[in-house]
Amino acid sequence: MARIVAGLGSSHVPSIGPAYDAGRHEEPDWKPLFDGYKPVKQWLADTVRPDALVFVYNDHGSDFALDRVPTFAIGVREEYRQADEGFGERPLPPVKGHADLAWFIAKELIYREFDLTVCQEMKVDHGLMVPLPLLFSHEPDWDIRVVPLVVNVIQHPLPTARRCFRLGEGIRQAVEAYPEDLKVAIIGTGGMSHQLHGERFGHLDQDFDAQWLDLIEKDPERLANMSHREIMAAAGAEAVELIMWLVMRGAMARKVRRLHRNYYAPMTTGMGLIALENVE
Amino acid sequence: MQDTKSREVSDWGIPGTYVFDHTRSRLGYELNKLCYTLTDPKNRELYRRDEEAYLARFKLSDDQKDAIRRRDWLALTKRCGGNIYYVYKLGATVGQGLYHLGAQMRGQSYEEFLGTRGAKGAR
Repeated sequence: MARIVAGLGSSHVPSIGPAYDAGRHEEPDWKPLFDGYKPVKQWLADTVRPDALVFVYNDHGSDFALDRVPTFAIGVREEYRQADEGFGERPLPPVKGHADLAWFIAKELIYREFDLTVCQEMKVDHGLMVPLPLLFSHEPDWDIRVVPLVVNVIQHPLPTARRCFRLGEGIRQAVEAYPEDLKVAIIGTGGMSHQLHGERFGHLDQDFDAQWLDLIEKDPERLANMSHREIMAAAGAEAVELIMWLVMRGAMARKVRRLHRNYYAPMTTGMGLIALENVE
Repeated sequence: MQDTKSREVSDWGIPGTYVFDHTRSRLGYELNKLCYTLTDPKNRELYRRDEEAYLARFKLSDDQKDAIRRRDWLALTKRCGGNIYYVYKLGATVGQGLYHLGAQMRGQSYEEFLGTRGAKGAR
């Protein structure tokens, strides 16, 4: 039987990508961000050693367009290429998928009444490509296989925070029904507070972010009860991405232990990181 | 033409915020579609070579075309139905990054905007 061995929450701020590629890790304005990931990357590589990672993120109009907007979509391929978001691709190898686990999760979730869109063609954008190299090694190739799960957080109506939490519960049941003895990590990405449009561009709320990091660990029910409007009014319209952290949290045990936590808000977005393990 | 005339866009009651819901997505469909095509480098090149010809390929309203020509990022997201994740691909194509777009939407110069940030080297 497979099991969930780690839960991660992380921002996926696009500007981190070029900074990572240019090796700006030690620059004073970037160091607090990159240093925050180091212990988590080490913990994953040395202690957790997951076989697969369920990666919850959103596409930003890079691969999915507005002609068809799935509320939840799952990639079921062995490999995913990068999307070009308007400025070319990053120097990273194609992402390795875990197709067997992905198809199994798709089947289990759909029979549990989560009607996912199943994708055999999918490119991945910064939502996935920014956190992945901060947490896993890619030299010479990725040391993790991914099951990408895409959530619509762009075009309202979005799935509710509660629905995201329940999806996570479904993912946990699906993983635990998988016949092979796999160790599976799950990550929910996006946010934290930020707004990227309108006169309110650049809105940040560090107190909101701190509280979110507290509650995602200790009382996710309170977050699952929040409306989109509540999140957007407090933390910025684009901060509504944070509902994807609840998919991760729903897949974890009620009680979790926090291994690491990091927060840094240098420019327009609160960049958060949390690493959790189940307390059984 | 697209059925965009006189359609109201929504107000979620959050100041300076234009939530991308059905009202904006319907209004901005062709605009966002144009922006999506700019994920192909060949299209970015075509766009830069002849903007008017590129705009003519889509069923844009006069207001949308005007806002694009004026690089009016606030109008594009506030009343033209543009979604910022699509619109920033247009910005990238014409040489303006997200922070340039944001400064303008705030009514500030780029330098003024950077002055409001905690660690502007992280960009």
